Amino acid sequence: MNTLKIAARNILRNVRRSSMTILAIAVGTMSMLIFGEFVAQVFVALETQNVTRSGHISVFSSGYFNYGSGNPAAYGIHDYRSVLGLIAEDPVLKPLINVVTPTINLFGIAGNFDAEASKTFFGLGVIPADFNRMHLWDEHQLKLAAFYGIEPLNERDETHGQIGVGLGRILGLCGPLKIPGCTKQQGGDQMIQTPSGQSKRDFSALEEKSDRPTSKPQRGVAPRLDLLAATAASAPNVVNFYVDKAVSQGVKEYDDSLVIMNFSLAQQLLYGRGERQAVGIVLQLHRTEDIPVARARLEQLIKEKGLDLETRELTELQPFYKQAVGMFAAIFSFISAVMAVIVLFTIVNTMSMSVMERTHEIGTLRAMGVKKRGITAQFVLEGALLGLIGATLGLIVGSAVAHIVNHAGLTWQPPGQAVPTPLKVLTHGVSHLMFGIWIGLGVLSTIAAWVPAHRAARMKIVDALGHV
Amino acid sequence: MREDPVVVFENVSKIYKMGEVSIPALNNVSLKIPNRRFSMVLGPSGSGKTTLLNMIGCLDQPTNGKIEVCGERVAEISDDRISEFRARNIGFIFQNFNLIPVLSAFENVEYPLTLLGMGASERRERGMSILESVGLSDHSRHRPNQLSGGQKQRVAIARALVKGPGLVLADEPTANLDSKTGASIIDLMYKIQEQYGATFVFSTHDPQLISHAQDVFSIRDGELIEHRSEGR
Repeated sequence: MNTLKIAARNILRNVRRSSMTILAIAVGTMSMLIFGEFVAQVFVALETQNVTRSGHISVFSSGYFNYGSGNPAAYGIHDYRSVLGLIAEDPVLKPLINVVTPTINLFGIAGNFDAEASKTFFGLGVIPADFNRMHLWDEHQLKLAAFYGIEPLNERDETHGQIGVGLGRILGLCGPLKIPGCTKQQGGDQMIQTPSGQSKRDFSALEEKSDRPTSKPQRGVAPRLDLLAATAASAPNVVNFYVDKAVSQGVKEYDDSLVIMNFSLAQQLLYGRGERQAVGIVLQLHRTEDIPVARARLEQLIKEKGLDLETRELTELQPFYKQAVGMFAAIFSFISAVMAVIVLFTIVNTMSMSVMERTHEIGTLRAMGVKKRGITAQFVLEGALLGLIGATLGLIVGSAVAHIVNHAGLTWQPPGQAVPTPLKVLTHGVSHLMFGIWIGLGVLSTIAAWVPAHRAARMKIVDALGHV
Repeated sequence: MREDPVVVFENVSKIYKMGEVSIPALNNVSLKIPNRRFSMVLGPSGSGKTTLLNMIGCLDQPTNGKIEVCGERVAEISDDRISEFRARNIGFIFQNFNLIPVLSAFENVEYPLTLLGMGASERRERGMSILESVGLSDHSRHRPNQLSGGQKQRVAIARALVKGPGLVLADEPTANLDSKTGASIIDLMYKIQEQYGATFVFSTHDPQLISHAQDVFSIRDGELIEHRSEGR
């Protein structure tokens, strides 16, 4: 009781010095908190972007990940429907999975021959309903889909889809797709609406005729592209593709090459009249933290069934995510270390001055019978209290600043991103960060105070009493 | 029947090392301080009075010799045990009062009792009682900076005596007080010594205080040159 009372009163005894110490710690705490929350926001935003786009875990034919992207037709999953069923009905995986869906990744050439423009593309064949559900994933309640204006994929017509805004610009579709900030190019934006669905200059003659009945698309105003790719038999194949919208993926490389098409259309393009396969099966889980459990179970299933498949998770599929997380974590660690050193020296300095000023008091207390550890405890408690008061103040002010930042409507353009993203800091689900900073600074202050406290306790009583 | 002495020194020497130089502060001192008496240690500056008082108060260790305080061989026990011993048996009154500035008069007086693990109600009762004895019950909530020099020394006396120690050491307790206040403090200590039956050992130059002495130990150049004992 006495130790705490004396500690608290001694902090108030030299108000100016204590205030400066507390202020320094509070500023350090605030910096750590806001930057920590910003880093946390970057982590979850990157995670959300990647998970909505490519799920948590992908299943491929063995070897596809390292060798197959140049020849996806050769690395297809033959009986993908039964694999899908196996995963979807597994009692362990079922409660963990939000979406399990087949995908096709392919490369080809997209041509808008009315504008005399063509461009290599990266095609993503998806089941629209699954794709739309995947884009609703928002474990961290960031509402990024609303910010980026992501629109659902057309579920009614398999010839319709979306492309990246960059690809839209390159192929001269600025006008019809109403791409913001896109000026008309020479030779572009001509003859876009083709009610007949035909153009006099295209390579649709190369189209491998399908046995399937051709759907009758709603071709009212959607501009048409011709997509050319090589089939599994290495023959060129072409499909007509109608662009509903140009969407931003946030990353310029994606925006300049992405074509999101119906899974059936992608199968038609990649396999022609051959066996319809899937290149991958994507699993989107409810929670990212379930990746290890889900992947372990998947590999167990693959092994049990003797399937020639491999699994890859988020950090392998999106190495940039892992690199960005590592980079920001390193910066945060560096800033935390700098702040820790500042707090350490601030406390050591304050407590050393306190010990020097109170040498007589130390001698008196020791003479009255206070043990060495009692003196140590007294000064350590004062240092810890200073640290914790400063950290508490810093957390309160930092939380208020974070609230202001989040409501200021600021944006920033992260490295590698094509469009500005909201400048926000994560304020929910960061209690562990706040608690960590609070406890960390408390422990640091205690350690910092221990040095002068130990020196105080080791003073000879007669020297302390005779100190002038 | 004569009581056992409260302090016994047997051939006690204290040598301070200042780098290569050895400075003898006490040289082969042997003495016995009687119980329940008003004893004075006299001597000029630098004679070793404070060193002697520090030894008696177990604040410093001798270089040679044996010291027994309140029946305990104090030179041979650990720092923790000696702290407990001081907390229980020895009260200090300092020249500069040495009150804890962040505690009130009552809290200063109460502090030694917390070191003995005494309960709050008993602390309250004993603390207020002794503050009343020194005439400061109305100032119990005052901080040291709100008290005069004489009042501070009264609080220091109350703090030294509140635990009922066997021995009270006072290093020039009237040196920082005017003569009138010093006289009232001496009267108070004399009265309280009688009331509580404690042994007081002073170091002083104050003739007023010396006139109250029952035992006088004169010391010069670290050596005990005279022990004079008078009846009360």
